[in-house]
Amino acid sequence: MNFDFSDDQKQLRDQARKFLAEKCSPKAVRVVLDGKAPYDSELWKGLAEMGFLGVAIPEEFGGAGAGHLELCVIAEEMGRANAPVPFSSTVYLAAEALLIAGSDAQKKEWLPAIASGEAIGTLALFEGKGNPSPKNIKLTASNGVLNGVKKPVADGAIANFAVVAARTGSSGRDSDVSLFLVDLKAGGVEMRGLTNLDPTRGQAEITFKDCKAEPLGAAGEGWSILTQVLDRAAVLCAFEQVGGADRALEMGRDYALDRIAFGRQIGSFQAVKHMLADMYVSATLARSNSYYGAWALSTNAAELPEAAAAARISATQAFQHCAKNNIQVHGGMGFTWEFDCHMYYRRANAMALGLGSLSYWEDQLIDRMRKKNAA
Amino acid sequence: MNFDDTPQEAAFRETARKWVEANAPKELEAELSKSSLGRIRLAKHDIVDVGKAWQKKKFEGNWACLHWPKEYGGRGATPIERVIWQQEEGVFGKLTQPFQIGEGMCGPTVMAWGSEDAKRRYLPKLAAGEEIWCQLFSEPSAGSDVAGLRTRAEKKGDNWIINGQKIWTSGAHYSDYGLLIARTDPNVPKHKGLTMFFLDMKSPGVEVRPIKQANGMQEFNEVYFTDVEIPDSQRLGAVGEGWSVSLTTLMNERMSIGARLATGVPEMFEFCSNLMLEDGLAIDDPAVCSKLASWAVKSSGLKYTSYRAISALSKGERPGPENSIGKLVSGMMLQDIATYAMDLQGAAGVLTGTDEETVHGQFQQMLLSSPSMRIAGGTDEILRNIIAERVLGLPGDIRVDKDVPYNKIPTKGR
Repeated sequence: MNFDFSDDQKQLRDQARKFLAEKCSPKAVRVVLDGKAPYDSELWKGLAEMGFLGVAIPEEFGGAGAGHLELCVIAEEMGRANAPVPFSSTVYLAAEALLIAGSDAQKKEWLPAIASGEAIGTLALFEGKGNPSPKNIKLTASNGVLNGVKKPVADGAIANFAVVAARTGSSGRDSDVSLFLVDLKAGGVEMRGLTNLDPTRGQAEITFKDCKAEPLGAAGEGWSILTQVLDRAAVLCAFEQVGGADRALEMGRDYALDRIAFGRQIGSFQAVKHMLADMYVSATLARSNSYYGAWALSTNAAELPEAAAAARISATQAFQHCAKNNIQVHGGMGFTWEFDCHMYYRRANAMALGLGSLSYWEDQLIDRMRKKNAA
Repeated sequence: MNFDDTPQEAAFRETARKWVEANAPKELEAELSKSSLGRIRLAKHDIVDVGKAWQKKKFEGNWACLHWPKEYGGRGATPIERVIWQQEEGVFGKLTQPFQIGEGMCGPTVMAWGSEDAKRRYLPKLAAGEEIWCQLFSEPSAGSDVAGLRTRAEKKGDNWIINGQKIWTSGAHYSDYGLLIARTDPNVPKHKGLTMFFLDMKSPGVEVRPIKQANGMQEFNEVYFTDVEIPDSQRLGAVGEGWSVSLTTLMNERMSIGARLATGVPEMFEFCSNLMLEDGLAIDDPAVCSKLASWAVKSSGLKYTSYRAISALSKGERPGPENSIGKLVSGMMLQDIATYAMDLQGAAGVLTGTDEETVHGQFQQMLLSSPSMRIAGGTDEILRNIIAERVLGLPGDIRVDKDVPYNKIPTKGR
């Protein structure tokens, strides 16, 4: 059994960590946090130069042609650094949707642009409240023309193109949904930035008014494609969450070692030690579940739907738990804008909702486990 | 990343599988598969008798204590081979329960600290299941703080005279030998005045009394020592070195990577899949679904954490500290699951009979037994201390009794 990343993959992780430590310090993240830039465009360029944006994109489409395990180790580092770039929307959602369902021409148009950092992509799925469901898709498409409003769309205000989920039927079945590819710089689109929990990752409202769009994948296949995209993204996001959870745990541990109260290190009090031990437990469970998700993703195993849901739940819980208790370990200082704790708290709670909420994925997991048991 | 055996591992697995297939007591398989929680009970057989027979067979086939050196009754197997063996032995591994303390703790301690004569005399018989060992560490006033133990050992000629009491001794009533830690010098700080021995459990002055536990069962014992004589040749390590010797034993306790801990999740999943509530199946209820999912990911997280440790062993590396979380997570989970299953049963949940309505009382039994899972082998609190100190590098507790002679440490709270 070799349930671990290879030496080459670990080396890539070290390389990514070193790069991000240099180019994505908390100070750099704060430029975006404070609203002075919509995202870190210098970092984005750097990620492209390092080959990280196209690591899982085949060479024929301008990528490095490595694979999803390589993307997982980079995702972990992106989460650890709290990177203020549209990585998840572009790489996990838009690029994966293109890889699954794009025509050769569509792949040629967009994938090289993603790998080179020229194009930012996103998935326009949600329409206000609610979780992923065909019922919640109201935006219409008829004769290749879209009408409707999507929000929140991650990184929607800075994206060049979007994969848009639209209603193309009214049978009440999953086949009512089709996907479309929209160049957001063309006409019929209005993008408006929205304030959100985590300013280091923007959210937007996108209004489509008689907007011309080309189909992505076959008509009526939209929901099936989306399900695959969300499963893949769940695993990749889980690695970001695991990276963030580990960093929050480290910050809490370091502070507990440095801070003196009642004449001793606060890390010597069991109330604090046990809180940190519990954070370690969550982070470890999340990492192990995510490894299984990575295996299922990289081998396109039949276990992927269940593995993805388990990784998603475990990593969401761990990041929320570690980010929350990191603030608690810090005490009052943890509640200042000046300390970095809140950046991870914001990211953890924003990520918990991005692909559908925790309760949605819990429901998915149990559903998938039942199907497996029934089979 | 893959779950495949290396060619050598596959060959070893094949050999092990064939041997188990040809030799295991198949007639007990169904019964052993069912009992997942707590002590094993068999309808028609005594676990010690059946266990001894299986252990003897394994010994003759060279599969007993297989990670031990050959000269002491083992096979000289690598850590990964031991894990593969445990996987192939499967449910029949439950039959080795009476020997686990001996194989996992007493044997390794004798191996590390015993004389060559002692190793050759005792270890092969332990491996063959002919002699059962128990561990005599905990005392009524020394649990987590085991170095605070009171049992005295006083030198008289070539012998040591033992007086005192041990508690929570699994299997003392059927054990032949015991590993005993006792206080040889009460005038020095507590860790420095301890010495390790082993003794014949049939020695005059040894009295074993079963303890009736909170769950109504009797699985552990108290052991009383009244002027029990132990020859000095049965001392392990130097006088006053007992604490270091005990660490060998306790380290081995935590090395059981292949061992799968019961979590209660499969039982709970099945229960919720079949239970009809007023509005339909329990598993269709969002609140039930949410709890089940959280438990399921803890359970799978533990499983894949052990896979990571096995992978490290397979590469010849030492596993990281991740595996220390197993008992901490599963103990709490068992208790939570039992409580919630009974909540779903409503008023009938109070009944402990073995009828259909309460699924044969399995969750009621789980509820009553689960507190011990959070205490035995290191309490939840001790395990969190270990994680905090050894994994995260946080400072140890301030110990007010560290430099105080043992006989000056207060013995009463108020």
